[in-house]
Amino acid sequence: MNTVTLTVKNAPELFLECENVNTDAFAGKKADQIAKLGAFQGKEITTLGDYFTITGEAGATAADTKIVINGDCTKMKYIGAKMTAGEVVVNSACDMYTGSWMKGGKLVVNGDVHSFCGLAMAGGEFTINGNAGNYLGAAYRGDWRGMSGGVLRVKGNAGSDVATFMTGGEMIIEGNVDIHLGTHMEGGKIILKGNANRRVGGQLVKGEIYVFGSINVMMPGYKPVRDVELEVDGTKAKFTEYLGDLGERHPKRKGETVYGHLYMKQ
Amino acid sequence: MSEYIIKNGHVFDPVQGIKGDKKDIAVKDGKIVESVGSGAKVIDASGKTVMAGALEIHAHVAGPKVNAGRWYRPEDKHFDSHKKPGITRIEGGKSIPTVFKTGYEYARMGFTFAMEAAMPPLYARHVHEEIHDTPIIDEAALPVFGNNWFILEYLKNQEIENTAAYIAWVLRQTKGYGVKVVNPGGTEAWAWGLNCLTIHDPVPYFEITPAEIVTGLMAANEYLGLPHSMHIHQNDLGNPGNYKTTIDTLKLAEGVKPKNNFGREQVMHSTHIQFHSYKGTNWGDFESGAKEVMEYVNRQKNLTIDTGNVTLDETTTMTADGPFEHHLHGLNHLKWINVDVELETAAGVVPFIYDPDNAVFASQWAVGLEIPLYAKDPMRCFITTDHPNAGPFTRYPRVYAWLMSQKYRNERLNTFKKADKVIGATNLSGLDREITLYELAQMTRAGPARALGLMKDYGGLKPGMNADIAIYNINPDKFPSDGLAIEKAFANVACLFKDGKICVQEGKIADMGHKKTFWVDAKVKENKQVAHDIKEKFLRYYSINENNYSVPESYAPHQHIISVDATQ
Repeated sequence: MNTVTLTVKNAPELFLECENVNTDAFAGKKADQIAKLGAFQGKEITTLGDYFTITGEAGATAADTKIVINGDCTKMKYIGAKMTAGEVVVNSACDMYTGSWMKGGKLVVNGDVHSFCGLAMAGGEFTINGNAGNYLGAAYRGDWRGMSGGVLRVKGNAGSDVATFMTGGEMIIEGNVDIHLGTHMEGGKIILKGNANRRVGGQLVKGEIYVFGSINVMMPGYKPVRDVELEVDGTKAKFTEYLGDLGERHPKRKGETVYGHLYMKQ
Repeated sequence: MSEYIIKNGHVFDPVQGIKGDKKDIAVKDGKIVESVGSGAKVIDASGKTVMAGALEIHAHVAGPKVNAGRWYRPEDKHFDSHKKPGITRIEGGKSIPTVFKTGYEYARMGFTFAMEAAMPPLYARHVHEEIHDTPIIDEAALPVFGNNWFILEYLKNQEIENTAAYIAWVLRQTKGYGVKVVNPGGTEAWAWGLNCLTIHDPVPYFEITPAEIVTGLMAANEYLGLPHSMHIHQNDLGNPGNYKTTIDTLKLAEGVKPKNNFGREQVMHSTHIQFHSYKGTNWGDFESGAKEVMEYVNRQKNLTIDTGNVTLDETTTMTADGPFEHHLHGLNHLKWINVDVELETAAGVVPFIYDPDNAVFASQWAVGLEIPLYAKDPMRCFITTDHPNAGPFTRYPRVYAWLMSQKYRNERLNTFKKADKVIGATNLSGLDREITLYELAQMTRAGPARALGLMKDYGGLKPGMNADIAIYNINPDKFPSDGLAIEKAFANVACLFKDGKICVQEGKIADMGHKKTFWVDAKVKENKQVAHDIKEKFLRYYSINENNYSVPESYAPHQHIISVDATQ
């Protein structure tokens, strides 16, 4: 695997749209070719070379390419978005859309990410070693197709509207979340190690939510059905299983109604 | 204005009956002329196809429901909305593009006119604001009448003269072009929790049937002698078994004669007929009814139709058939908006994915292609996608390629996941017809121009007509056998003239042109009854004052008014 290292030399004045900072765009390119890739700053088309010192060269394919980014990326959007393979490591906080529409590969952010990150993620591994903002792993504004595959892990806290319209994959939040976790969820798995504020699993059709901490106010559409012993993300514990959201439509499979499941650690 | 001469192109012009012969076309002062001086700029079109600018007869491109779609579907324009180099503005949106993109894309495909298919009279100002901002192409809009309280009341008593006077008043107030009817009676019935699924289902309270509404509006349309005929989206759209209702509606035109000074020969234009040509009783035993419907259409000369081709894309459905959109939302569970327009109409919007793996959607695709392939008279059958309902208008090049290449459409047909089921339910696999360039010029130029009453200026290359000319990178002597090559050629004109100005060159926008808004000013005898009724309805029911209803000239500053006189 070849490594390309990007070091921020000039901070963008506005926000920089790094739609070309991913292993797929870099694949097969040398440092000088990567420097010529476009990046919008507002309505102006600039190049990556205007902001980064670029060393190393990419592998022949995305899978053979690793990107390491050093310096302050707090005003950079779309890093690692739409990547299909390979590896990206960002040693900074990032702005919106980081790791969104990701299909494969590995993305690690050693810092916080802003809102709308991991949107509609379909595969791969995305690890955030800081906190995340709102709409993590959700659907794009207006869309009804959220995270559908892959593993998204946040070491810190996440904001509101996390995993909205999730249809598959796994999300682990090791800290706390604010309101609206897993709204409109129709598949997939959320593991929340900390606490949630309110409205967990509102209008949830299918899928599983595990909560290790507490929920400030429980949705009225959830009904406790039994106690179960489970191993969740390496922790064995006793959980109370709830069915829900009973206020939402639920499909039938083999004559049986399919409900969503919420597990609260006892 | 500069002079041009387009040399050595293969010209296809149904107006003059030119079928691909090499001919020079001269342009002067925005018109096509017999000859120009030696100083004229030469455009070399050798090895290329030359046609008149195309006309869109039915698309939803401006107005409140299109905009409702835009603002509630930000996901439709998230990707690819960066500004392109050149004089164009940012182009956003796929199925519901911005007004700018709408103008650019039509022009890039060789279109010079588009009809907005449903204008709610109350929101006509919004429609005109969007039309005004759509560059290059000329446009007009059809106000909707099929569920309007005035119309229902007048036609219940068979008062054709009052109906006509009211239509004339609305056209003038809204700067409208003609008479659009959507699910006649059904949308109003929906306000009572019902619908009209046959032409004999009565509308509650008004006690009138869709058959009476359609017959009455056709009579009023011919009484006024409007350039376009009554333009109908029929009852029971999109349901298996609806082809009988479709033929029943078409039969209402039997014996009705066109009366106008524009050369229009039809009295009814039945739109997106693909959605109305289904046999079977449910989605399991669903079959194509295109053959039956087209057999009738081919026989009955005073009808025109457009296709409504499903393009197998993710799109946004929107129609003034409110109940249908609610029904669709129940099927796909995606977000739904209803835009109710007091006293007049109600439109709905729902995103829709025509997934090729689904046998029903693949069959709808096949039905859409069968319709033009069964059409005996290409001057009466026009290609549309009912944009954006069956697919975005930007897919026209692909629809043309499917129609012009049996190989290309069979590749698609035979690779459907449920190909056997689709082939069994439709007739497409048995059709070997390939639409020719001349027939395409009839279906997209001369035909719609005649049906819209615009044949004097549009749809042909005869001297005296507008210099709206599309030159395509297609050599008819070496017609591409590859479907993708056909698509590519129709997606980006080599050159587009609009009113004698080059607006597109090799797919790039070169000039924004001088677009015009067409509307029809119909003169009728003074009608005290209708004047009184309008005043009363505004006082009693409308939420706005009568004086705030009309579209001021500032909303349509570049208007082209077509006058008709029905006072004789």
